[in-house]
Amino acid sequence: MELNDFEEMEQPELPLQVKLEVFEGPLDLLLHLIKKNEIDIYDIPITTITRQYLEYLEMMKSLNLDIAGEFLLMAATLLHIKSKMLLPPSEDELGEEIAEAEEDPRAELVRRLLEYQRFKDAALEMNRADLLDREVFARTFFQEEFLKEAEEAVVGEATLFDLLEALKKVLETVPPEEFQEISLEHLSLKDKINEVMEALWEKETLAFQELFTPATPRREVIVTFLALLELLRLRMIKIFQPEHFGPIRIFSPLEREEGQKIISERIS
Amino acid sequence: MEEIQIKAVIEALVFVSESPVTLEAIREVFGDIPKKELQRIVEEMIAEYQNAPRGFSLTEVGGGYQFRTRPEFVEWVKKLKKIKPFALSQPSLETLAIVAYKQPVLRTEIEKIRGVDSGGVLRTLLEKKLIKILGKKDVPGKPLVYGTSKRFLEMFGLKDLSGLPTLKDLAGLGPPPPPEEVLPLEDPKPEGEEEPAPRDEETFSGETAGKEESGGENPKDLG
Repeated sequence: MELNDFEEMEQPELPLQVKLEVFEGPLDLLLHLIKKNEIDIYDIPITTITRQYLEYLEMMKSLNLDIAGEFLLMAATLLHIKSKMLLPPSEDELGEEIAEAEEDPRAELVRRLLEYQRFKDAALEMNRADLLDREVFARTFFQEEFLKEAEEAVVGEATLFDLLEALKKVLETVPPEEFQEISLEHLSLKDKINEVMEALWEKETLAFQELFTPATPRREVIVTFLALLELLRLRMIKIFQPEHFGPIRIFSPLEREEGQKIISERIS
Repeated sequence: MEEIQIKAVIEALVFVSESPVTLEAIREVFGDIPKKELQRIVEEMIAEYQNAPRGFSLTEVGGGYQFRTRPEFVEWVKKLKKIKPFALSQPSLETLAIVAYKQPVLRTEIEKIRGVDSGGVLRTLLEKKLIKILGKKDVPGKPLVYGTSKRFLEMFGLKDLSGLPTLKDLAGLGPPPPPEEVLPLEDPKPEGEEEPAPRDEETFSGETAGKEESGGENPKDLG
């Protein structure tokens, strides 16, 4: 599978999950088998392919690999096609006509394989282009000094994803909660909003990380995050991320008086 | 103003801009020169850079103009920059190709073609800002509709989507279905505008759209 030679760690979310990197899915595996056997895709010997496909699944099983549901579904589809191929063409009063009108049981699968192959090819073709930051480079700009000029700063706009990414990092630093006496704290969103805005008016700009310390309880982290979302919604703050995965900075375009008015009017 | 001066100014504008400078931004700088004329001049410049023995060229990408090093010098540049080159995994590339050619496209449609769950890959592509959420489809469940972003064009060095390599036609597949109606998340945005993809559109839209346009190509950056 020369296509898979270049790889990139993509989803190490589940540390114990082992993914057989060779095949992306059942269609990929089928295409591989077809290529390996030099089969005409329009006339797939379904018995051979089904057998090889199932052998492959067996192998995955013996390697203790989780077989994704999609692989099993395809196995069922193959067997279904195979059984249909074994049936004699239907015949009744109308005789041949019906047989002719009936589609080859493999047709749908072939269509899917071709469609998938088409996009695999397209992906390969796209990957041949001169990619930015791979074959060609543009100038990069560092704009720390811009940052200090708050509103003037022309930096990368942070998106919700950047924000969530930053939240994830904060949550990771929060130590696992220990069992202890529970004090019912009243964390109101409004209080948090006031707190964030006060800090902003005080300092003009805040780094996202500044809002949290490792000691901040998880609940409070969440409330703070919700406060940020609410403030964004009300256009009371703006967030910027000068570089990918870099620190996110928060500014407020509003003066204190104006902001307090909005808080008292819009947030209950 | 003489043409040679105009060219010099355009060169300066492209030089200071982080993202590709649009023709519109250039026109705003000059004020009185018609867009058509500017376009002719820029295109002439592109050819001039191309024909000169230089390490970079002026390229038209993602609806604007940008200086980029020439691919033949990649090894030298890498020696200096020592960065991990941009790379996409096979699943990401496949999915990106499907989004690029099939947009506006639903996750279920992508998964039907790939035959595997594609949620994780779509997320990665969203994080890399190569794709964006175009809106929601007006069917039960209001599924999200995906499309490629301006960044996608920039990464792949494309002027616009028509620059994609032609998709091989397939016998027996029939013509592609007509584009489907997509519900915009709010007001429709002009074509080609970069839009991050938050679900809570109201949170972001106003500032984002405005900033994105001015980012890097706003006259005030020049001072």
